[in-house]
Amino acid sequence: MKGIYLAIPLIPLAAAVIAGIFGKAIGRTGAHTVTILGVAASFVLSCMVYADVREGLYFNGDVYTWGISGDWKFSVGFLIDSLSSMMMVVVTFVSLMVHIYTIGYMHEDPGYQRFFSYISLFTFAMLMLVMSNNFMQLFFGWEAVGVVSYLLIGFWFKKPTAIFANMKAFLVNRVGDFGFLLGIAGVIYIFGSLDYAEVFKAAPGKADMTAEWAWDAKWMTVIALLLFVGAMGKSAQVPLHVWLPDSMEGPTPISALIHAATMVTAGIFMVARMSPIFELSETALSVVMVIGAITALFMGLIGLVQNDIKRVVAYSTLSQLGYMTVALGASAYAAGVFHLFTHAFFKALLFLGAGSVIIAMHHEQDMRKMGGLRALMPVTYITGLIGSLALAGIPPFAGFFSKDAIIEAVHHSELAGSGFAYFCVLAGVVITAFYSFRLLFMTFHGRNRADEHTRSHLHESPLVVTIPLILLAIPSVVVGFMYFEPMLFGDYFKDAIHVLPEHDTLSRFGEIYGGATGTELIWKAITHGFVALPLYLALLGIFLAWLFYIKKPELPGKVSKMFGPVQSILEKKYGFDEFNQAVFAGGAVGLGKLLWSKFDAGLIDGVLVNGTAKSVGWISSIVRNVQSGYVYQYAFAMIIGLVALMSWMLFRT
Amino acid sequence: MYNYDAYMLSILIWLPIIGGMVVLATGDDSKAPIARTIALGVSIAVFIFSLALWGDFKNGTSAMQFVERHDWIRAFNIEYYLGVDGISMPFLVLTAFITIIVVIAGWKVITERVAQYMAAFLIIEGLMIGVFSALDSILFYIFWEATLIPMFLIVGIWGGDNRVYAAIKFFLYTLLGSLLMLVAFIYLYNKAGGSFSILDFHQTPLAMDAQILIFFAFFAAFAVKVPMFPVHTWLPDAHVQAPTGGSVVLAAIMLKMGAYGFLRFNMPITPDASRELDWFMILLSLIAIVYIALVALVQRDMKKLIAYSSISHMGFVTLGCFLFSAQGIEGGIIQMISHGFISGAMFLCVGVLYDRIHSREIADYGGVANTMPVFAAFFMLFAMANAGLPGTSGFVGEFLVILAAFAVNPWFAVLAATTLIFGAAYTLWMYKRVIFGDVANDKVAKLKDLESREVLFLSALAAAVIIMGVWPNPVLEVMHASVDNLVFQVQQTKILGN
Repeated sequence: MKGIYLAIPLIPLAAAVIAGIFGKAIGRTGAHTVTILGVAASFVLSCMVYADVREGLYFNGDVYTWGISGDWKFSVGFLIDSLSSMMMVVVTFVSLMVHIYTIGYMHEDPGYQRFFSYISLFTFAMLMLVMSNNFMQLFFGWEAVGVVSYLLIGFWFKKPTAIFANMKAFLVNRVGDFGFLLGIAGVIYIFGSLDYAEVFKAAPGKADMTAEWAWDAKWMTVIALLLFVGAMGKSAQVPLHVWLPDSMEGPTPISALIHAATMVTAGIFMVARMSPIFELSETALSVVMVIGAITALFMGLIGLVQNDIKRVVAYSTLSQLGYMTVALGASAYAAGVFHLFTHAFFKALLFLGAGSVIIAMHHEQDMRKMGGLRALMPVTYITGLIGSLALAGIPPFAGFFSKDAIIEAVHHSELAGSGFAYFCVLAGVVITAFYSFRLLFMTFHGRNRADEHTRSHLHESPLVVTIPLILLAIPSVVVGFMYFEPMLFGDYFKDAIHVLPEHDTLSRFGEIYGGATGTELIWKAITHGFVALPLYLALLGIFLAWLFYIKKPELPGKVSKMFGPVQSILEKKYGFDEFNQAVFAGGAVGLGKLLWSKFDAGLIDGVLVNGTAKSVGWISSIVRNVQSGYVYQYAFAMIIGLVALMSWMLFRT
Repeated sequence: MYNYDAYMLSILIWLPIIGGMVVLATGDDSKAPIARTIALGVSIAVFIFSLALWGDFKNGTSAMQFVERHDWIRAFNIEYYLGVDGISMPFLVLTAFITIIVVIAGWKVITERVAQYMAAFLIIEGLMIGVFSALDSILFYIFWEATLIPMFLIVGIWGGDNRVYAAIKFFLYTLLGSLLMLVAFIYLYNKAGGSFSILDFHQTPLAMDAQILIFFAFFAAFAVKVPMFPVHTWLPDAHVQAPTGGSVVLAAIMLKMGAYGFLRFNMPITPDASRELDWFMILLSLIAIVYIALVALVQRDMKKLIAYSSISHMGFVTLGCFLFSAQGIEGGIIQMISHGFISGAMFLCVGVLYDRIHSREIADYGGVANTMPVFAAFFMLFAMANAGLPGTSGFVGEFLVILAAFAVNPWFAVLAATTLIFGAAYTLWMYKRVIFGDVANDKVAKLKDLESREVLFLSALAAAVIIMGVWPNPVLEVMHASVDNLVFQVQQTKILGN
């Protein structure tokens, strides 16, 4: 069995190495064949593992001992349970779709083989992350996906914006990892182990330990918050969200794979995995919930004013990640993970759909120059519509079930900040629906605003592009009602996620269905949707988008004039970038320059080192005069010395 | 089979030194190919012997192994006394490995005084192995000081435009430091009842004030070598002026002699003073990690940037050592070995560019990835390793030291962990400006990608970096017993009457 677990990440790694190192020898076809076969094999094996886990066949074991130091042991190993097996299927499936799609999207690119090598390498790293049975390997995968993300955002390394964005992404993530690593240090200090099972088993016993160094906070709060800083980096939560919109500088397939479906959800996965620790700190849960709520609402608002098709989807991703985070804070880990699951499909779909439009538009990304593509690109349109309905949370599409669960769970939460979070997630629903359909209407409806040349070449994308769209559209419809019951109310995650009874918001939410199961439950959930507020908020958002962008296209201009200051705040994205650039980047460089010129070169070298050398030189330049070489001077000195010596001897007595 | 173990250390010391003499004897540059070939042969032979040494090394004990002990200067009881334990043994293998790399790296680049160049590196190899295996303090001192001479020549002859300033600064800085160490040895000789044996020093009782003085005498020698803040300013100058091979040996091995000194001398000989002054060492280490990283950020010269990065990384070594825990010390030693690979590789990467364009200025580059994709890939790997990426050797030491620091005082770990951000910032910012972007100028446009010789030595280092990152355990196992013993020693008191 262990062999299969090992094969799942290692096959994509091998494919990445082959495509990367021997890319020239095997050519384009060779590169995409080997990587696609690799990830397909991984996907099939993941499905087998998933089926086994559903039958109750779990695994937790080490592959090898990475290192031993003192009484600490570090291992590389796998934990195969409901959470990891689900993630494995999602990762390999979306990765496979993106691999196939890439054939079409990148076919003109000179870095074709390199691209396939990177995305296969990413698949390896992401699998190591989700399959890990310990904190160290989690961190290993965590940083490795960060590096591949860095390489892929900067894939077009001639583009100044791309190589700025990739460095920014890496550094902001490193700020998160700074917290994460300290959290790991806290874990090994308190528990003496980094193995999940050991740590989680011992956690309740340490719930009341306080950390003197951290102003007597509870250790579990300290550890949870430090780990969450890592999650904030990877899952782009305010204020560490700034890298994600810029990451759109990378090719679209990786925006779908890395910056929407998989890597950015690693933070959500991590917190869900760490639920036994987070459950022990209501402070940490409140922080998680509030940060998530801020991200969900305020990042969605920015999405309203973007005109770049990819950026709209990017801000929508930020906002949805906020939703997942809110769910975690409300202890509805399963709902967060469920939303991660459904979101992976429909958001990958939306990104790949946007990519399909971008190919057709000859790499034009400005929605103001699109419009009316509906008739020309029917597959892209229909799948895009499905994705948008799922994102907006319209029943029976996938997003409806997961988002509804989050909103209801927050509603039932009693932690500090849950009222604010509830407001944010409700307001977010209108906004989500609005920007989703704004995108859809601006791109596919209305008048075609493209130039003559582009318009004459417009056509539906090739099959390698549309087939992945269709294959992603199917789960965007069905996974919601298929997994609603097992993931949220069944014992699906019982082995992986741990919720204290007093925090169990999901089962409180479930009570409204009065213990219904099967189709009855789904039916009740949908009918409940029709009597609850969120659906009407979503419909309001869609209606507004229709009003603004189809019915009365002159309205947006008027409204933005009316709300000029608000508009400009949103367009400046609340000024985070300017602030970071001026204060953190500028501050570090300024401080470095100051320390270098004043301290290193000025004080240490200038005064102390060369000063010593100079003073030696100065003294010797004086002393040197004594050694003039003139005999009369020597003789004179001798006489003076003799006189002085004799006088001293005479006067002494 | 004949047992070579009794001579193994002597072979490792004298084979390269004698080999160096032979290379020197090949004469002028008309015989350069012969000089190169002999040098390569000797360095490979030494490396094979060092691997044999590792193979025969017993992990379970903290006792000295491969001991050779002969009288040398009877009048002062100075001995030819060699031996290695789990702390010193890894450095022998590292030294032998790096020397091969340096010989290959200088193969085509050095065209003047080839025999002398190769000889200097072989001789310094033998001397450095001597430093790591000497158990008599005078023998140690002789090897220690003798390494200055070839390095002085390497910088002074094959160096850049300002090489004389740099060479003299390097020489005086380090010489001044080591003189105090000699004084300490003579004091200890008397205290130890007429023995210069380092292991005897470990047992010698000392009063607190004497320990403090001795601690600082050693500190003067070792802190300069590491180099620790604030006596680090010789290093950037020396690196900038040194030829690539010189920078590699300097960063990869010579700096480690300083940290090794702390482990071999300060901690076991003056344990009470070490415990008393741990705050001082930790403070300087943390300053090095944070302050020097900021200074590295604003460097315009690639070699200077890597030199400052070295100082910052060595801060982890001294931090780890003075946490007095097995994890901290092992992390520190791993960090030293890893830094040997990574800093060596980084300097070689700059050397590859310098050989082509003759500039170390970041501003003279840009878009190198367009013309040198293979090089860009290697440089990426080493840059990431320098930024401490998990899966590379650069992660292992920093990880262990940060974890160990947290256990002592979480705030130490908070400061040390800033390297995650700053280390990535200065490394990747340099990488971005040099490698990414459009072709910046004609010189970059004409760049030729790596030749097979360069691929060879960069691949060897890449393999070392990855293997040690993925599986550091074999190296950790070598040290356990000796490090545990050192942790025990440093917790003892040597003050009489206690």
